Amino acid sequence: MERSFEKYFRQNRLPHMWCPGCGNGIVTKAVIMAIEKAGFSQDNTVIVSGIGCSSRASGYMDFDTLHTAHGRAIPFATGVKMANPDLNVIVLTGDGDCTAIGGNHFIHGCRRNVDLTVVLFNNNIYGMTGGQASPMTPTGKKATTAPYGAIDRPFDACKLAEAAGATYVARSTAFHVQHLADMIKGGLDSHGFSFIEAMCQCPTAFGRNNKMADPAKMMMALRDGVMMKAAWDKLPAEKQAERFPIGVLCQKEYIDYAKAYDTVIEKAGGRA
Amino acid sequence: MSKATLMQGNEAVALGAIEAGVRFFGGYPITPSTEIAEKMAELLPEVGGRFVQMEDEIASVGAVLGASLAGAKALTATSGPGFSLKQELIGYASEAEIPAVIVDVQRVGPATGQPTSPAQGDVMQARWGTHGDHPMIAISPWTVRECFDMGIEAVNLAERFRQPVILLMDEIVGHLRERVELPEKEDIVVYPRRKPKKTREEGYQPYAVGDDLVPDIADFGTGYRIHVTGLIHDETGFPSGSPAVTRKAIDRLHQKIMIAKDEVVKTESLLLDDAEYAVVAFGGTARTAYQAVLDARRKGVKIGMLRLRTIWPFAAEAVYEVARKVKGILVPELNYGQLVGEIERAAKGACPVELLAKYNAEIFTPAEIEEAIMAMVGGNK
Repeated sequence: MERSFEKYFRQNRLPHMWCPGCGNGIVTKAVIMAIEKAGFSQDNTVIVSGIGCSSRASGYMDFDTLHTAHGRAIPFATGVKMANPDLNVIVLTGDGDCTAIGGNHFIHGCRRNVDLTVVLFNNNIYGMTGGQASPMTPTGKKATTAPYGAIDRPFDACKLAEAAGATYVARSTAFHVQHLADMIKGGLDSHGFSFIEAMCQCPTAFGRNNKMADPAKMMMALRDGVMMKAAWDKLPAEKQAERFPIGVLCQKEYIDYAKAYDTVIEKAGGRA
Repeated sequence: MSKATLMQGNEAVALGAIEAGVRFFGGYPITPSTEIAEKMAELLPEVGGRFVQMEDEIASVGAVLGASLAGAKALTATSGPGFSLKQELIGYASEAEIPAVIVDVQRVGPATGQPTSPAQGDVMQARWGTHGDHPMIAISPWTVRECFDMGIEAVNLAERFRQPVILLMDEIVGHLRERVELPEKEDIVVYPRRKPKKTREEGYQPYAVGDDLVPDIADFGTGYRIHVTGLIHDETGFPSGSPAVTRKAIDRLHQKIMIAKDEVVKTESLLLDDAEYAVVAFGGTARTAYQAVLDARRKGVKIGMLRLRTIWPFAAEAVYEVARKVKGILVPELNYGQLVGEIERAAKGACPVELLAKYNAEIFTPAEIEEAIMAMVGGNK
């Protein structure tokens, strides 16, 4: 078995605290695979996370790691990157962390085009607090705070990121591990705000409330609920609504925030 | 630099911060603190630093803490409602021991209050605004020169103790313009960022401490691969659910400042040598109070003033020393009565403590304070 990735983990902090069948470990591994492919140094890469199940990933990863407050990973990461633009900065966040309490930070991070790679672990639920509805819980699905089914419409975080100005937006799932790693790698290679939605299963807090407690079946549902973007693009609109496109959804060139600030320093006559 | 100039308090804070080595500012506009952000936006790129106008007050502290961990001395500034919002991450800075300066130019509250009239209503918020047990350092200037000096001092204290420091200003001092002579550069003392004394191989632990109980946490990107969290953690920096670790961690947070209290807590004694009465005041109110003290002296009242430069930790010993010698203490403050409780507690009944509270969005006049002094003196006759 390929174990080269082990050097990226803090072995003395494992095993992780996630439930059996959780998708977070798969997404974390995909992040590591992408880091290795990108050739990032462990001494020059900072992993910033918020609060929630996903955000515990930072503690297991052998880099400089920053487990911030709920929703605040992107502002902290912005400060890290602006203070030292030579650092590679990766943000690990969840659907509640990023799109609810951190929603404003998220869109403004996109707007500034700070050179961050943000990986959103989307399990459609607040897992750590025991299964409350998040802004990405699908309408009609049950949660402990939506016992009759959610009436809220969920965010499409990828569309949100694109509309707010992110220069690289991609989606994949915990089922498509290699693809997910490639999507994250694309983000690491891009200069600017990169956003990758990693759809993943939470059998404990989401599945059990929605007649999908079997992790394997949840992963099959992930497989069946998405389609490669090129194929998805050809679907009629009513069919598109039934599945999420995966792949690179948006990629464009725009100066990243630290580089843009270099021009400010130049105008002020300072030295970066 | 020693040439006399006309300068505003808020501007002086920005200049001081730059001299102290601040190279990052994250902020959000709010009167009456905005000039600090504006000045930093102008000055930081000149020295190769970076300024980001963040999307809100919380993000401002978040960015400041991230920048600080990445090695930049960092500062943010706010007022009233913004200070309330910043409390979340002030607590984070306290727990994770990240140096940062938060300037609060106080205005009338609660809520939007009376924008942007002067008040001193954030005395207790500066101490207890964030949840949980934590120590706090808050210092308060009364002149434009002291705004500059405390701009430096706040940064130095933050770096020395790896601790959030509140520069507790008020609208009076923040917007005050007066003649100021700044010190020569070579006379400015700057506390450098603490560096690890051990390598990873030598068993470095980011939250291990020596005699001063302050950890030497490595800056990100220096090869230490540390973990920083707002969870209660042990010396390794990783969370621990142990009651023993929890107690030890919270004890140390407090002790690192309490064992160095003399370094932190500063007061100024004015005309107190022969005083039979005293005024205890701080910030903009101390300016008015000192005039009232001078006026009362001219009328034969032996009165002096203890000015609190440090608000937190509270200067209990200095207040007690005054209380033991005088027949009464007057506490004028631009709020409903906040500092007065601390002063009563510190006086331990050694003398009566009287509050002169003003909370109508106006500053004190010297005559008002003098009148209260005369009433205190008259009441004792």
